[in-house]
Order: sequence, then C-alpha cells, then structure tokens
Amino acid sequence: MYTEKVMDHFSNPRNVGEIENASGVGEVGNASCGDIMRISLQVDDGIIQDVKFKTFGCGAAIATSSMVTELAIGKTIDEALILTNQAVAEALDGLPAAKMHCSNLAADALHEAIKDYKERNVAA
Amino acid sequence: MDKIYMDNNATTAVKPEVLEAMLPYFCEQFGNPSSVHWAGRMVGGAIDGAREKVAKLLNCSPAEVIFLSCGSEGDNYAIKGTAEALKDKGNHIITTSVEHPAVLETCDALEKDGFDVTYLKVDSNGMLNLAELEAAITDKTILISVMWANNETGNIYPIEEIGQIAKKHKVRFHTDAVQAVGKIPVDVRKANVDMAVISGHKIGAPKGIGAMYLRRGSRISRFMHGGHQERNRRAGTHNVPGIVGLGVACEVAGANMDRDYTFVRNLRDKLENGILSSIPDVKLNGHPDADLRLPNTLNVSFNFIEGESLLLFFDMKGIAASSGSACTSGSLEPSHVMGAMGVDVVLAHSSTRFSLGSGNSIEEVEFILHELPAMVQRLREMSPLYHRSEPTPLSCDECRMVHKTCA
Repeated sequence: MYTEKVMDHFSNPRNVGEIENASGVGEVGNASCGDIMRISLQVDDGIIQDVKFKTFGCGAAIATSSMVTELAIGKTIDEALILTNQAVAEALDGLPAAKMHCSNLAADALHEAIKDYKERNVAA
Repeated sequence: MDKIYMDNNATTAVKPEVLEAMLPYFCEQFGNPSSVHWAGRMVGGAIDGAREKVAKLLNCSPAEVIFLSCGSEGDNYAIKGTAEALKDKGNHIITTSVEHPAVLETCDALEKDGFDVTYLKVDSNGMLNLAELEAAITDKTILISVMWANNETGNIYPIEEIGQIAKKHKVRFHTDAVQAVGKIPVDVRKANVDMAVISGHKIGAPKGIGAMYLRRGSRISRFMHGGHQERNRRAGTHNVPGIVGLGVACEVAGANMDRDYTFVRNLRDKLENGILSSIPDVKLNGHPDADLRLPNTLNVSFNFIEGESLLLFFDMKGIAASSGSACTSGSLEPSHVMGAMGVDVVLAHSSTRFSLGSGNSIEEVEFILHELPAMVQRLREMSPLYHRSEPTPLSCDECRMVHKTCA
C-alpha cells in the first residue's frame, strides 16, 4: 500500500517535536477527520533554519509531515510557500490514491506556520 | 516472534480438517448435485451431510438450513426477503445502530423504498435497552433484526430475551450470528429466533460460503432468482466444496467450543488486563463485564494516537490486528459502532481490535504486552494531542478534503 519512502519516513520520522520560542506555529486538520498536523518553525533572515512537527494521524499523515520538514529546512519563506501537498507526496514516491486528500496536509500546515510567522512580524 | 494473527473477527485460516474434507470435491467428486447422473449423485450426500452438521450446531432442522455465499448475502436475503413478503402486514423494521453494514445498508435501502426503520441506540457500554426495543414495536412492525454479537466490541446481545419479546408481539426476529457462531452457543430454538445468518470464513471454513437458518413455515421472498436449489429458496449451483467445508467447520466448532472458549478467553483476559494495567490513558470499548463479550474480542482505544499508525507499527513486528479509525474503516467517519456508543472522536480513531483464535498462544500475548507500551509511547510523543493544553480541534468546519475516501 505505501512506498518504501513513506514507510521509511513513517518508521523513522525526521524532526519530530516542537520548537521552543518558535518563529511561527501552524496547525491544520481536526479530530473528526482523524488527522491533525502541527508545524513549528525557526526563521532567521527569512530562511527556515529548523522545522519540527507533531502529527496525530495515519501512516501517510506522519510520513508527509516528516517529509515536509526535510523539504522546508534551508528554504526561504517564499520558496517554502510554493511547496505543495502534491510535491510532498511526490517526494515520497507517491501516496495511495485514497490518501491524497485526507492525509496530505503537511504543506498546508507549513504554510499556516509561515502565515503565523509573518503575522507576528507585522505585529512586531 | 514470527507472525501473530489477532484479526479472527475479520477472517480465519481454513482449519486443516476442513480443507482435507473439501479436497475430494474439486477434482474427483466434481458433479453438480442437481444432475441425475452418477457425477451428480456422488455429491448429493455431501450436501445433506453438511446441512445436518450446520443444523446441529444451530439446533434446528436440516430442512431449515439454506446455503448461500456469505454473511452479507444472508442478511440481505433475510431482511429484504421478509420486507417484500410481509409488506402487506406492515412497513416497520426495528434494528440497532451497531449492526454490521450488511444490515444497516440493507435497512437504509429499504427506507428509500418506503419502509420505516427504527435504529435502537446503545449505551456507553454498547448495550441495548430492551424496554426501548419493546416500546418501538407498533402494529406495522414486521421485523426485528439484532446481531447476536458485535464484531467490533464483541458485545453479546440478550438474544433469548429479545426472542421472547418478538414472540409476545408476533414479530419476526432475525439475527446476524456471524460473529457469535462457533464462539458461544447459538441455539436458535431456545432463543426463539426466526432467521439466523452465519458465515464460513469466520469459523475456519473458506470465504464464499455462508448459511441461513429460516424457521419452517416463514414466508420469505426469493432473493436470488434462477434454479430450484435449496428448495427453491436460493438459486445458484451449490458450492459443494464450500458447503462441505462449512459443515465440517460447524462440527469442529461444536465439538471444541467449551475448550476453545476457556483457552481463548484466558488469553484475551491476560491481554486485556496486561494492556489496561501497563499503559495509561487506555479505554476499553465494549461491556466491562467480560462475560457479556465474546471470549476472543478485545477493543481498546489508546488515547492521543490514530489507529492506522499503530496498526503499521504492529505490522512491522508481525502483529495483525484491526482498527476503527476512518482510514481503516473505508469511509469518511471512524467506526459507527464507536459513534453509537458515544465514544469521543479521538478515541474512536484510536480504537484497536484484537480478535484472538484458538491458534494463538500465551507467548504471543506476552510478546504483544512486551512490545506495545513502547509503540504507543512513541506515537504519543509524535502526537500534538498528547500533553496538550489548548482544546483539541474537533469539528470539520473547514474540511480541506474535496472527498475524503480513505481505503
């Protein structure tokens, strides 16, 4: 059902956790759908230095969360904003068709975190 | 530890003695029992023998046993066949909110055809209020359908008492006995049941064979049209090897029931007590009194984690179990049974079912108890719901899914 890369990211997820005093935090999903993803960022000079995730969800949800952290680290916030859920799925060599919609929200969570970062900086 | 199979409520391995009994009916005794010639005559006895074995396990007459393809077919036939045959008497059906989809979806289809269906609620333990059931009966009620035991929680329903209520009000009573048969005594006479459905692959026979007990004299409309098999009640060439297998599986289940009950119950209780005592934030789903559940079934929710991810961790260790999470139920929602019991939505997504069989061992239970706490803790550490101070986002107001179809 899942590709080797999905199983690799599921069984050895990268960057699990929550950054203390993060530059931005984003969360998407809800309990009724069975997927909640939370991303926290450390941004310096417009570059994403660190990303951590926490996810409640199925194998695909955890693997996409892990993958998005790898894809985002080192990118500028503008580069990270054009990262799509589709690109995350492709980086995992694809997801089962049934999982494309329900569990493929990791880029959305990243974008929410960037939005939070931008709002905080406007406020400051 | 090699492979551990604890998903026997989903399906079971074919028992060796069942397979052995079936083998001659593929190449040697291949005839169609409806044929008059030697090849047909060769297999007629096998069908009769199997029918007697099924009847013995259910305590009915062999003439009251109808062979069909599976449990779902039996439930469809029983409910639709009754609705059609008795529609001049009324259009009301009573069932429960925790039935198998074969019953719920069938009732749903009948509602579209103008039947009224009452779906009885269950309490937080998953049990029915029989006073409510009796109060739901009207002069239009033609059928009560209540499962003998629930596939997800293992809850056993008071079928004898419901049979008394049905008898008192002269309403036909159907029970989906797919999960109960072979695990606990299923005596259709004693319980005053009119129709009971069983499935072969849950009791060590192959997939693709089932049977229905239909009380003598019960009017029912044909469901499968065609030939005159099964006294004109179910068309289609007999699945001779499957029927032979079902017969032997029923015979073996009857002979071993007491022994298997004690053995499997002991393993299940050990697993249940071990999990509840070693892992915090675990909820038992189903009746807390283990006597009111099937001896083999344990359904627990590991709070803060999603069921499919836990099943994948299990799978890496060779453990096969199942979950009521949306992503494993094949629908938009987590298990309707958990929903009917009022289980919190996170816990419903976390529900995990172990359904044991006589092939399991104490070593397997010990292995699971040894591995499980670390798996659960690892997923909890990954979960944004664990040690959370803010409220959990529960509702789906801004669902990002165009169509959420988890396979």
